[in-house]
Order: sequence, then structure tokens, then C-alpha cells
Amino acid sequence: MKTRLPKSYRVDRLDSSIRIVRASREAHILHDSKRAGVPTPTVYQMDMATCTIIMEYLEGPRLKEALPKMDHSDLKRTCVLVGSLIGRLHSTGIVHGDLTTSNMILRGDAKLFFIDFGLSDYSNEVEAKGVDLLLMSRAFKSTHFALHHRAFGAIIDGYRQITGREEAEFVLKKMLEIEMRGRYSERTQTSLVPDF
Amino acid sequence: MASLILGIESTAHTFGASIASNEGRILSDAKRIYIPAKGHGIHPREAAQHHSSIADAVIRDAFRDAKVAARKLDGVAIALGPGLGPTLRIGATLARAIASRLRIPLIPVHHAIGHIEIGALTTGSRDPLVVLLSGGHTTIAAFANRRWRIYGETEDITLGNLLDMFARAAGLASPGGPEIERLAAASCNFIELPYTVKGNDVSYSGLLTAAMKLLRSGRPVEDLCYSLQEVSFSMLAEAVERSLAHTEKGEILLVGGVASNSVLRKKLEIVAGEHSASFRAVDPKFAGDCGAQISWTGTLAFGCQLFIEIEQSQVKPRWRLDEVDVPWR
Repeated sequence: MKTRLPKSYRVDRLDSSIRIVRASREAHILHDSKRAGVPTPTVYQMDMATCTIIMEYLEGPRLKEALPKMDHSDLKRTCVLVGSLIGRLHSTGIVHGDLTTSNMILRGDAKLFFIDFGLSDYSNEVEAKGVDLLLMSRAFKSTHFALHHRAFGAIIDGYRQITGREEAEFVLKKMLEIEMRGRYSERTQTSLVPDF
Repeated sequence: MASLILGIESTAHTFGASIASNEGRILSDAKRIYIPAKGHGIHPREAAQHHSSIADAVIRDAFRDAKVAARKLDGVAIALGPGLGPTLRIGATLARAIASRLRIPLIPVHHAIGHIEIGALTTGSRDPLVVLLSGGHTTIAAFANRRWRIYGETEDITLGNLLDMFARAAGLASPGGPEIERLAAASCNFIELPYTVKGNDVSYSGLLTAAMKLLRSGRPVEDLCYSLQEVSFSMLAEAVERSLAHTEKGEILLVGGVASNSVLRKKLEIVAGEHSASFRAVDPKFAGDCGAQISWTGTLAFGCQLFIEIEQSQVKPRWRLDEVDVPWR
């Protein structure tokens, strides 16, 4: 059971509209993701008055805990799988909006589930897909920094298998563009141009 | 024997000079702030001219207040970035000159790490989730394996930019943040504005555009200040909450100039409380840009012999926080 409790740091009007939108979006997209071939917990019931979703309970570690214990080939296989699941979502016009290794659960039978669709949305825009990949990349850079290059490379491989090379390149290019928009990100410039 | 470090800060509108000892004492913290004409932002060249005209006096004040003679110094720490090229060069030129004249090491300091370390010093925080809110940063970071790792940040403008630009458009005095806080306190009439959280990231540009549009349409400025604070701070609080859940840290440390806003503090305090984490905020005296953040961090770097040759000491206007090795943590 997942209840979106009121956040006392938000004023009531803002808080209730956010909770309602997110609860309803999460319930819908959990369902639609399944149809796209992405394992998600099954929604049994929902109560909009309390912003509560009653869904299937998944037994297993978060990917965040499972990844560091994997050997090289398991890691690669899992990351390719993560990438292909993201690819399936995007190909169906869904962006997750909060891709971290805390939001993926490896169930006992080795099946990988995506959870936490509160920030998800229906979108076919390359911008939204680029943000999704950027968030995934950041999660690896910050939490799994030693694995970042290998893992993210494998994720892109898996993504490409679903979306096709051209679309994957397109989204990746957008991801880099979004990253550059942020502050202090033109690494090459600082290292190449002496500035006295 | 204690080592004494002179720190110089000139990344943006503040020129600061401070002397700190490696025992954790800030012996002096002198500064002067360039204030742009009402309705205007920082003009980099004018800010640099301001800094060069007062730098000498500020550095003298730092020595006088600390009651330290120049020959007692062990090193000169300089904020090489990130920031505005023209103002960075003023501080860097002086720091190089002092270090070479006194034949003592030059110590490069990353401005944001300065904010974090002065926050840690003044609060006793050890292993926090850092929320860094300054003119140039809206960044959520935690330390792991020699570096500050970034968990969330703004995808476009910073929270400081948002408040400054709105204040400027509303014709408020500079710095805009405190003025907005003052006006916001007079209203509790919430106007809906776009709320954009992407994972642990925030995006403020759409919020700024919407608030500006409502300002031009004649909505009361108090209501807009109130709503702008509510929406932008709640977005940040949510991003912090997500990062806290993901990193499982036991402390939140708020640093940077925007840290002095009491509405924001309250929101982050609530987030910390709900996750049984402690909440600490940098001493308001050292919240804004200041020499002390550089001198104190300089003492830490000095202890690890992190020196830089003058020939190598070019300024780095776009130096990223997560590119800096931090051997003392």
C-alpha cells in the first residue's frame, strides 16, 4: 500500500494538487508500463481521497544494493536489461521521471521491476527522454561511481536494442545537450583554454 | 605550531580576504560587496573594477583584524573557480603576487568546497547530505571516495538566479533574496505557479517565466513573492527529500547565501525531521561568499600539501564540484 501523505513543507493547495496528479498518474502508468513489457507491481485498487494505491508487494533487494554484489557478467546483463526496459517505456511514449537504482527491484526470481512512477508522464518528446537518461546516468555517477562507465555503456546498449541505433543516438545527443545547459559543465573548455 | 593561511575570494560580487588557522579558528573575515545599479545584474567587468579598487584595503583589514603579520603566513589560498572570469582574475593576480613575494605556497580552492567546509566547521557536521545554494549553485551532494558526488542539481538556472532575476524585474533592492522574503511575509495568498521536479533535479526557468508574466499583468508583488518562495523552496525540499532517501545520510547541511532564508530553513528542517536526520545550517555570518570559506578550506588543503605552481594557477570559471579530489575527508 502506498499512500501519498501530505507534505507539511508544502502549502495545502500546492500539496493536494501534486498528490492527486501523481497518485493518478502512477496508477495509470504502472498499468500501461506492464503492457509495454516492463514489469511493475500490479495495481489492485486505488483511493483518490487519500491518494492511496494498493498494489502487489515485491520481495527482493533494490538494484542499488544488488549491483555492487554482482560479478562482471551479471552486472553487464542486468544493465543491458535496465536499458532495454527504459527503451520499452520510451518506445511506448512513457517517461519514468525518476530513474535511480533505488527505484528498481530485483525480485527473488531474478525478474527486474520498475517502481515509483510518481514523476512519470506520457511523452514522446526527445527532451523528456533525454532527461530520463540523464537522471539514470547521474544515479550511476553519484551512487555507483566505480561502475559508471561500464554500467551506463551497457544500459545504452540495451536501450539501443529496443529503440534502434538512430533513435538512441538522437536521445543521447539530447541528454548531453541538457547536461551542458546546467551550470559549470563545459569540461573541455576549462581544460583546453588557458585563462589568465 | 598552528599554520596560518590567507584566503582570497573573488568569484562574483564579493571580494573577501580572511586569515584562518588550521586549528579551526577564523581570525579575520574582511569583505566588500559590489552592488549593481538597481534593476541590473552583475556586470562582470564593473564588478572586477570594483574589486580591484578595494582589494588592497580589504586585504589590509584582514591582516589588521587578525593581528597577524604577513611574514607569519604559511600559505595563500585562492578561489580559482567557478565564477566570473574577470573577477576571478583580480583575486588570483593578488594571491599569486602575495605568495611569490612571501615565498609561501599558493593553494587552489574550489569555491563550492569552501562553502561546504565553512558550513561543516561552524556546525560540526561530519557526513552530511549537503544542500548548496549560492548564486552559482543549486546542488545536492554527498561525499564518497575522495569526491563530492552530485545527487541532484538545477537543470537550468539556480535558485539564487531565480530570486535575483525576479527581484530585479520587480524593482526590489539588491540583494533580492532578503527583500523577497520580507515581502512574502506580508502575504499568504497562494498563486499557482509551475512546479517542476525531475528525479532529484529541479528546473526553475519555467517558474521564472510564469512569475514574470504574472508580475507584468499586475498581480500584487507580495502574493507573487510568497508564491514564488513556496513553489521554488518546496521543489527543492522535495529534491532534497528524494536524495536523502536515496543516500540514507543522517544529516542535512545547508550552505551558501540562500541558506539565510528562514522559510527555506523551515522546509528543510521538516524534511530532515521526517527522515530522522539532523538539520544544520551554516552560521549566517559565513553563509554568503566570504574570504573565510577560502582561508579555512585553504588550511585543510595546506595540511595535505595541495599546492599549485603560479604558472599553473589559471582561473577556472567553470570548474565542477565533482571534479575535485578532496584528500582531507
